[in-house]
Amino acid sequence: MFTPLRRVIKSGLDSFSRDGGLAAANLFIMVMTISVITSIFFFQDVGQFLISSIQEKVDISAYFKYETSEERILEVKDELAQLSQVKEVEFVSKEEALANFSERHQEDLVLMESLAEIGYNPFLASLNIKAFNPNQYEEVAGFLKDSSYGGLIEKVDYYQRRPVIERIFALTSNLNTAGIILSLIMVIVAVLVAFNSVRLAIYNCREEIKIQRLVGASNWFIRGPFLVQGAAIGAFSALIALLLFTFLSWILNSRVEFLFPDLSLFGLFLTNFWLIFFIQLVAGIGLGIISSLIAIRRYLRI
Amino acid sequence: MVKFQNITKIYSPHTIALDNVSFEIEPKEFICLVGKSGAGKTTLLRLFIGEEKPTQGRIFFNDQDVHRIRPGRLPELRRKIGSVFQDYKLLPVKTAYENIAYAMEVIGATDIEITRDVAEVLDIVGLTNKADNFPAQLSGGERQRVAIARALVHRPEVILADEPTGNLDPYHTLDIIRLLLKINEMGTTVILATHNKDIINSLGRRVITFHEGKVIRDEEKGRFVL
Repeated sequence: MFTPLRRVIKSGLDSFSRDGGLAAANLFIMVMTISVITSIFFFQDVGQFLISSIQEKVDISAYFKYETSEERILEVKDELAQLSQVKEVEFVSKEEALANFSERHQEDLVLMESLAEIGYNPFLASLNIKAFNPNQYEEVAGFLKDSSYGGLIEKVDYYQRRPVIERIFALTSNLNTAGIILSLIMVIVAVLVAFNSVRLAIYNCREEIKIQRLVGASNWFIRGPFLVQGAAIGAFSALIALLLFTFLSWILNSRVEFLFPDLSLFGLFLTNFWLIFFIQLVAGIGLGIISSLIAIRRYLRI
Repeated sequence: MVKFQNITKIYSPHTIALDNVSFEIEPKEFICLVGKSGAGKTTLLRLFIGEEKPTQGRIFFNDQDVHRIRPGRLPELRRKIGSVFQDYKLLPVKTAYENIAYAMEVIGATDIEITRDVAEVLDIVGLTNKADNFPAQLSGGERQRVAIARALVHRPEVILADEPTGNLDPYHTLDIIRLLLKINEMGTTVILATHNKDIINSLGRRVITFHEGKVIRDEEKGRFVL
């Protein structure tokens, strides 16, 4: 029972190690394919991170009429915080607004002088509102306008920011779709290339397969070593790809961190290490076995 | 033991490889198929091992219709037949020993049987000292001896030799023919297809002569006449 299995495995590993050139070429293609699949996984994560960090920067502010008391504003704040769309509400008092402005423009003497000229604090108290999703700002703005507090509010800057917010919303959702479509295309191309290189390798062996048939080998006895070889190449490629990615994410880490201080490539790699390795292993072994299985089928019909 | 009944093989209307061929082969016979290239010898052998199907007619091996065997069971038929070809058909990535052992592995022989029998046939063909060489490291005659050893090792009932000496010099040719005779003496049926006149004439065995797909002569102790 186990003797044929042992022989099949041994024969597959033998031809893997003896036919070095062919194995190396297949290995190379497989590493590329697995790398493409892994990068897609990676970029999906990095892309999500970038998109959410852009969305994070979007907010709207509601400015209250000059005479509105702070208690009333805090009431509005509590009301807003209960909305399901709202992620965060921050109260900025008149004094804080002035302080912020002065700090930001302390170099600009003309501005500071004109502020001093006015003689009082011209800034309005406001609520900074962040929603979970860019498309929810419209509802929040609508709530502020229509609620009983509508009379307290001087203006909501959503209406000035609306084009920007909508563009970000469109951009991020487009980026997501484009990413998914592009990934699919790349995966298909990579799989086809890998499949074809395995097919070529087996095409080279068609004489051998014929000989094995003539000697009276059963189909599984012929197929087995090719599957073992495919799996061995797949597993090997996965290991190489893993090393490659460890190295790349480590090298690129500092550069990416320079651009996006909150994004650590290497950290992302490490937290997902087992998942990435699993994906690579499954992709490599699966591709190797499936393409061998399909490619060998036509030569077994003698 | 082997029966060819009205075998016709047509590849295209202009290429008729075999035309209504019938004859029988007895157990332990040594039979020569002769004829020019393209006379139909190789086609007949290919039909016999189920590599191709005849357009008409039936082939029986031990009363079993070869072309009624399901494809999945074809390997079982081939294990009862040892094949030797002009171009040796050895597996290039396996050593001489492994090539021979492979024929035993496919029938599920144990490791002990393989070690014993492969050593024995290597001795019969005189290649014990070349067991670990790959085919590329052997001469033509040596390769053909490995091929014969492989055809022999699982003790088939019939050995098919299709132009086994076609690529060999006269000295090695004689070697191979002596080997086939020895195998025949040990009780195996041998079917030898060749166009080597000297071999046929020196053997003095049954000769079937093919011409353009037809059997034109079938003689006990025949000679090479075309």
